[in-house]
Amino acid sequence: MGRYGLRVVALGYLTLILIAPLAMMVWRTAEDLDGAWAAITAPDTIAAFELTLKVTTIAVVVNTVFGIICALLIVRGNVPGRGFLNAFVDLPLSLSPVIVGLALITLYGANGWLGWFQRHGHEIVFATPSIVLATIFVTLPFVVREVVPTLREIGTEQEQAAHTLGASGWQAFWRITLPSIRWAVVYGVVLTAARAIGEYGAVALVSGNIAGETQTATLRVEDAYQFSYGNYAPAYGIAFVLAATAILVLVAMLVLQPKGARH
Amino acid sequence: MTTFLLVVVVLPIAAVVWKSTGNGWSGFWEVVSSPQAVAALKLSVITATLAVLTTAVFGTIIAWVLVRDSFAGKSLVNAIIDLPFALPTIVAGLVIMALYGPRTPLDVTIGSFHFDADITFTRTAIYVALLFVTLPFVVRTVQPVLIELDRELEDAARSLGASGFTTFRRIVLPAILPGVLSGVAMAFARAIGEIGAIVLIAGNLPFKTEAASIHLFYRIEQDPEGASAVAVVLLAISFGVLLGIGAVRWHVTRHERG
Amino acid sequence: MQRMRFAWIAAVGAVLAAAVAGAATAAHTSSKDVTLNLVAYSTPRPVLTKLIEEFRKTPQGSGVNIRASYGPSSAQGQAVANGLPADGVILNTGNDINDLVDKGLVDKNWDKQSYNGVVWNSVVVFGLRNGNPKKIKGWNDLLKPGVGAVTVNPFTGGIAKWNILAGYVAQRRLGKTDKQAIEYLRRFYKNNVVSQDSSGSNATNTFLSGKGDVLLTFESEAINGKIPFVIPRQTMLIDVYIAAVTKSEHKAEWNAFSRYLKTYPAQKILAENGYRPVNKQALSEYRSKFPVRPGETTITNKLLGGWRAVDKKWFDPSKSIMQAIESSLGVSTGS
Repeated sequence: MGRYGLRVVALGYLTLILIAPLAMMVWRTAEDLDGAWAAITAPDTIAAFELTLKVTTIAVVVNTVFGIICALLIVRGNVPGRGFLNAFVDLPLSLSPVIVGLALITLYGANGWLGWFQRHGHEIVFATPSIVLATIFVTLPFVVREVVPTLREIGTEQEQAAHTLGASGWQAFWRITLPSIRWAVVYGVVLTAARAIGEYGAVALVSGNIAGETQTATLRVEDAYQFSYGNYAPAYGIAFVLAATAILVLVAMLVLQPKGARH
Repeated sequence: MTTFLLVVVVLPIAAVVWKSTGNGWSGFWEVVSSPQAVAALKLSVITATLAVLTTAVFGTIIAWVLVRDSFAGKSLVNAIIDLPFALPTIVAGLVIMALYGPRTPLDVTIGSFHFDADITFTRTAIYVALLFVTLPFVVRTVQPVLIELDRELEDAARSLGASGFTTFRRIVLPAILPGVLSGVAMAFARAIGEIGAIVLIAGNLPFKTEAASIHLFYRIEQDPEGASAVAVVLLAISFGVLLGIGAVRWHVTRHERG
Repeated sequence: MQRMRFAWIAAVGAVLAAAVAGAATAAHTSSKDVTLNLVAYSTPRPVLTKLIEEFRKTPQGSGVNIRASYGPSSAQGQAVANGLPADGVILNTGNDINDLVDKGLVDKNWDKQSYNGVVWNSVVVFGLRNGNPKKIKGWNDLLKPGVGAVTVNPFTGGIAKWNILAGYVAQRRLGKTDKQAIEYLRRFYKNNVVSQDSSGSNATNTFLSGKGDVLLTFESEAINGKIPFVIPRQTMLIDVYIAAVTKSEHKAEWNAFSRYLKTYPAQKILAENGYRPVNKQALSEYRSKFPVRPGETTITNKLLGGWRAVDKKWFDPSKSIMQAIESSLGVSTGS
């Protein structure tokens, strides 16, 4: 196949699968801007965006801290079982979100092993805590996976040099290690945030679906679709906002890629 | 650290496995061999496999074009490859439905010939949705390999008279195969568990368009033990395939390990 | 390096902007006395939202905040069993409530409350396309070749159960035997059902987006979706049940809400929104809007025998009539 042939095939496939559907959705949103805007600014939608923001922030913070520590352990730690650590960290990537939700309900539901909380007024499932847990779970690997290769590449000479000059472990970490991995961390954070914002399957199961309170943005899209009586403008409108956020994420990834990306 | 991982990752999975044994071995078997569960698992495995194979082929072509070709707008095209990764899956479902759903503009009726691109409530819908979400995986694992590939080998082969196809088959393909396989593995794991992108577009016709993830989703409410049993089978299938692909990959790269 | 700096600033700026926007729009509910958790099935969300608003204007309702969760009826019932916070439920099949009774979450005398625990009624109807091109009037029309029916999965959504039972009763009333009536349903599901959505709302959407020729649904849903419909001569009077959850800490407030829903003003709102009132006064006032069909049957009819019998015979997921019918569909191939 000649060069042009391949190019046509590649671009044609991308158009069919990616570009044309996306353009269509934007078009449909534009067809009924009033309906879309009304849905985007509805109180339930604002509450959903807020919840997503809150949950994403928590997941990002937790998994950044966890991710850096974990990466350090995997690359430099001498603990037994770090092979296992490596494998387990990747587990959330191969797990269906539905299974994640099932696991949380099984564990923290009223009849679960840790059901004590649910039964005594400290609701975990069907309330925000389980949304946070689910999101943390599915975004676990990203920072780790980005930092590990960078750590491997840069080695430990600089930290060793710092130690011989009298720096404490903490100083070395803060002033040398952290700056050297910062772009990998940032890239990992971007991926984490994107995944957290986009989580649907697990959250749909555990959230309790109370509009205005335990609905994330993705659940809100599905909700807008369900109760639309055939008028999809509200759903498309909210989806458009999420799609725009995804485009921002793409821009961030594009800009950061030379520095931090290791696929 | 290990306690953190234990609590967050291992414990919930253990709970599911435990729950699946709630009705004993016979109960477990009864559920997973029930016609509806079997149909759902089969559907997921088959559509995931087909989608991943398609993505492997086209993903490789796209990676090739992105690395070796140049045209106006190439960096833009390169950037949007990651879109399915950054987009919430439920939005992906709506995006696909916008073009390939009931109000598709691709609707042609000429005389008694009618074609429309509405694929909702069909298995094709699941297939297309999976194509969308797995797109980045193979492209992004093959690209780095292609970038690093030493063109001299290919040029040498060509100067010795090999056709483009033979060069590809004997020099390029072995080099990118591990990358393709990695991408395929990740894509398969993703595809078999996908729910957000298919829940709106595929409907849930039992035995026809009910994928394993959707079957699980609704079963969880009725029958947690049964749902856990189906989940365990799904997990086993995923891990089996991942291990299998890993083994193939190990075999393919054995010459690198000397 | 400039690009990096720009990206960094842009990212931080975006996060700050989002945080500020989030803070600015944060809705603060002033501290109310009581918050009730209502768990309901999916389709009545618009009318319940109105009723909740009206309830809060009443003396008993002032200071009461009601959080409502909506979803497919059976799924919601199970969620309550799994710990979904609930002070009371509004579900559309008796066995969803009975399951909760069996788990000790609902008192076993729930149906001895006023109106037998029913908060409103509806009937099974056929939603149609404009102009009814396929001329669908009765149950036998549903079997016509080429007629596509949109319905709900009976194992997740309550609407489907009422539809199925209505179809069965219609056949029996027309003189068919039990076996023949079941065969009718089997043929219907095999040849004419084109989609089984998870909930009533999803089915309405599917129909409105162009799928199928007839939508099997509640009268209330057809009215709210502005879908032309016909009530078949043989139909079922649908009960929608309301029950308190035993472990509620706000029983007094829930009972006030429950009682309010059955009063004339609330029932009038229901009637205006397409729901058949149980309150006698409202019912007689709106009688012309909600005609009684000659073949209208209730769940307690001896052909059916009440919810416990029906659930076992028809909807047991491991072995029942519908389980057999759905399995038999698996034999056919095709997309």
